[in-house]
Amino acid sequence: MNAEVFIAISAVSFLMMIILAVMAVRSKDLIKAAVLLAGLSLVASFVFVLLRAPDVAMAEASIGSALTAIILVYAIRKTERYEEGHRGGDRK
Amino acid sequence: MMERSTLQRSLPALAIALLFAATVFVAFMEIDFGEARVDDEGSVAGDYIRNGTNQTGSANLVTSVVVNYRGFDTLGEVTVLFLAATGVGALLSFIRKDDEKEPGKKIEPSFILNRGAGLVLPLILLFGVYIFLHGHLSPGGGFQGGVIIASGMLLYYIANPGKRGAHRAFSILESSAGLAFIGLGIVGLMGASKIFLANDHADIGEVGMLLSAGMLPLIYISIGLKVGAEMTGLVERMRGEAS
Repeated sequence: MNAEVFIAISAVSFLMMIILAVMAVRSKDLIKAAVLLAGLSLVASFVFVLLRAPDVAMAEASIGSALTAIILVYAIRKTERYEEGHRGGDRK
Repeated sequence: MMERSTLQRSLPALAIALLFAATVFVAFMEIDFGEARVDDEGSVAGDYIRNGTNQTGSANLVTSVVVNYRGFDTLGEVTVLFLAATGVGALLSFIRKDDEKEPGKKIEPSFILNRGAGLVLPLILLFGVYIFLHGHLSPGGGFQGGVIIASGMLLYYIANPGKRGAHRAFSILESSAGLAFIGLGIVGLMGASKIFLANDHADIGEVGMLLSAGMLPLIYISIGLKVGAEMTGLVERMRGEAS
């Protein structure tokens, strides 16, 4: 892979990570936010593969996008799904 | 009016974020990432890269660092994970069983999820075992393999919400795998080099073969089983209280 392609792919990945993170913060639906964070972890593991760290990529993909997301979902199910100010949610 | 006040409120936050980003950027400018400092005489990284494979017999250099050169740090890592899992268990045990949510909220899994999970689960478990068995040859190792096993078990729990996990069996497996790890470390301590997890009891063998690298595969098997059982138990406890 030559340098320009590498830089272009990394730039797109970083941009995607930032967009996913901002979307997760702004989302009023917490389940949606957890799924967005899982997507962020998936892109991060792709970046680790780009940086030739497959060991870290594996850990990031399995912990970040599977276990963390599901633990967050379990915690959200125990509390409330929507933040205050969400329109159309079945709060209370 | 409303728009303006939110903008005014977010301006200081934006300024702080930019200041922080600039500080981090300036601080990291000084570090020459990716520069070839490994060629320096006496640099630890260079020594690992030049001699790691010959000394430990592991084709995967990361493994030789994680479970051999820095084996003691791995003991700390395993301990932290154990404490975290125990902490979650202790915290959740304060919640009484009888104030669970009203029934009927439980969502039944669809037919596709149920059957598909049954089909994929053995493959995921096999893949996890493959990852930690081949930790000294290919990327991955005990931690990654264990977490993959746990995510497979997680899929099983999602597909079968009614099933109760075998709490006790997982605790016993976890504890015995942890004891095996510490035992292997002490065996290394009693060897010629007197280092925790030292690799000088078993034959190193031919680099790149499955049965090579001395004790490293044994150590990774015990770590893999421990992490897998621990993570499965953690998820199972979370689910037990949440569903």
